[in-house]
Amino acid sequence: MSGAPGEHTLAEPAVELDRDQALALYRRMLLIRGFEDTVQSLFLRGEIHGTTHLYSGQEAVAVGVCSALASTDRVAGTYRGHGHALALGVEPQALLDELLGRETGVCHGRAGSMNVVDLEHRLIGCFGIVGGSIAAATGAALALKRQGCGGVAVAFFGDGATNQGYFHECLNFAKVLSLPVLFVCENNLYGEFTPWEDVTAGRIRERAETLQIPAATIDGNDVAIVRRFAGEAVSRARAGDGPQFIEALTYRFVGHSRSDPGKYRKPGELEAWRERDPLRLAREMLVSGLDAPPDSVAQVETEVAAEIDRITERALAAPFPEPGPVREFAP
Amino acid sequence: MTAVIEFRDAILQALDEELGRDERVVFFGEDVAEAGGVFAVTGGLREKHGPDRVFDTPISELAITGAAFGSAVCGLRPVIEIMFGDFLGLSMDSLVNQAAKFFYISAEQASVPLVVRSAVGAGGRFGAMHSQLPANWFMNVPGLKIVAPSFPADARALLKASVRDENPVLFLEHKRLYAIKAPVHGEEVAELGRARTVRDGTDVTLVSAMKGTHDCLAAAEQLARSGIDAEVIDLRTLRPLDVETILRSLARTNRLVVVEEGPLTGGWAGEVIALLAEHGLHDIDDIWRLATPDHPIPYSPPLEDAFLPGAEAIAASVAGRLGSSGAAPEPMYSPVS
Repeated sequence: MSGAPGEHTLAEPAVELDRDQALALYRRMLLIRGFEDTVQSLFLRGEIHGTTHLYSGQEAVAVGVCSALASTDRVAGTYRGHGHALALGVEPQALLDELLGRETGVCHGRAGSMNVVDLEHRLIGCFGIVGGSIAAATGAALALKRQGCGGVAVAFFGDGATNQGYFHECLNFAKVLSLPVLFVCENNLYGEFTPWEDVTAGRIRERAETLQIPAATIDGNDVAIVRRFAGEAVSRARAGDGPQFIEALTYRFVGHSRSDPGKYRKPGELEAWRERDPLRLAREMLVSGLDAPPDSVAQVETEVAAEIDRITERALAAPFPEPGPVREFAP
Repeated sequence: MTAVIEFRDAILQALDEELGRDERVVFFGEDVAEAGGVFAVTGGLREKHGPDRVFDTPISELAITGAAFGSAVCGLRPVIEIMFGDFLGLSMDSLVNQAAKFFYISAEQASVPLVVRSAVGAGGRFGAMHSQLPANWFMNVPGLKIVAPSFPADARALLKASVRDENPVLFLEHKRLYAIKAPVHGEEVAELGRARTVRDGTDVTLVSAMKGTHDCLAAAEQLARSGIDAEVIDLRTLRPLDVETILRSLARTNRLVVVEEGPLTGGWAGEVIALLAEHGLHDIDDIWRLATPDHPIPYSPPLEDAFLPGAEAIAASVAGRLGSSGAAPEPMYSPVS
């Protein structure tokens, strides 16, 4: 099957992490999963409005990549962006408040699920139009290069975005200008409801390679592998080697958006990917590969669950914004 | 000191001075650096300010505009050139969904100081896809300023102001103005959103922008010969619109025509008329608009000449509406004519 884990996968024994690092990554992934679970629950209760696109199943990509970044770096996420935001350290409370449309949200309720911005945490935006993150990160890389701070920009985008004009224009633009940008394609096998191979000619990685952009297709469900490849790619970009490309093979455990039950999935596909749940793989790495005491892992799980309960309760109690005068232009 | 220079050199001066004044300013676009721009506006900037700050790009309007947005959010003050305004359709997502919305939806975490320069307007025999004046595509985009200078001095002062503005600015340069010459003063940085009365009059107000301002001034001279004293307002900025200056003039003349180079339906001339109806009804004896027909811009010279607003047509329309002698049938497009 095209795009299945293992195919074109440069999976290597990747346990280079120490136990504390691995535990921190596992905690962050748990936080994203728990956050998305509570988002789904709140959505069904009518507390979150419009639509949501959950990151469940793809946690290792955002957490692995963002763990390889420095304070000088900048990230552009997608409308499936809660994971990108949390991986960067956006306050879970402020993010959940935003999704509930509260004044205490990271954008004061103006942005909602699909358009979160948190510059303090290096998130220059989540982009509701497919491919928008690619252009934003390309521009960020232009600024970072000009500023000479050694910063690298990261664009997260899905397999669907590789058929947008933004993808083709910006990869070429970034290459000819040698911009420090890491393009991270999260190939979760479906562009909205459609299998990626039905609407995508050739191989995604080869599209980057034909522009002579260093590219790798990796197991996006193994956080250690993602972190390692991202770290190497970011180092090359930081050193002046121009844009880098990673295709991370992964899978979303939920529908495209709240209205999608995922009926297009092939029989057994979801179950097969559940076997390779990124949280499960990370837990196995911790317990089996790094000999983490089961108690310490369980303690992290308990703490994250309690944090989710706490922020959910506080978000529901947070005030809504008051309609009032708005400034059209910055002074 | 006052020098007489071409419109294109006024643009060049503004870019040169702003690049020299602020290290965060960069300038890029198609053929702007090595070739100096297809309208010969930007020659020498790369040599003076360096290839890191002034550079050529691929023919990739999505990437150019998206890169302007991303770099502005991260601390640069980019000026980009979209060679012909007709190509702005490709820039729309970055300008409309990314740049113009950022200040608001981020809850004012940052602004997006970028300038999109673009050559617009008909009369050059460029045909339907290189002649439009697409200001109206962007007129109802909150958060985006639209600047439309008519004279070299304003081109310079308004471009400098646009570069220093904290918001995304669409800076329109009319192709048929690049070669006009007029005095330019030394240091002026204009304020965006302010119209200017460029001819005083008492009988009727002509409101326009860019090439239309010159047509209105010529029309006013013609009207003067038949005893009609026309005031002419140069809008200079289309968004935000300076409605106060227009209302003050209407209060004196009670008759006002808006002359727009652009399709009549849904145009900014209609926005001006709506504002006058809302805020100046008691001062109105007559208000109307003259614009271009609702069809693509033709190539053939006699077709294109007939298509465009011109001084003769403006004067004839005003004389006809004011009931003056010599009133001609309205030659310009109007849905009720």
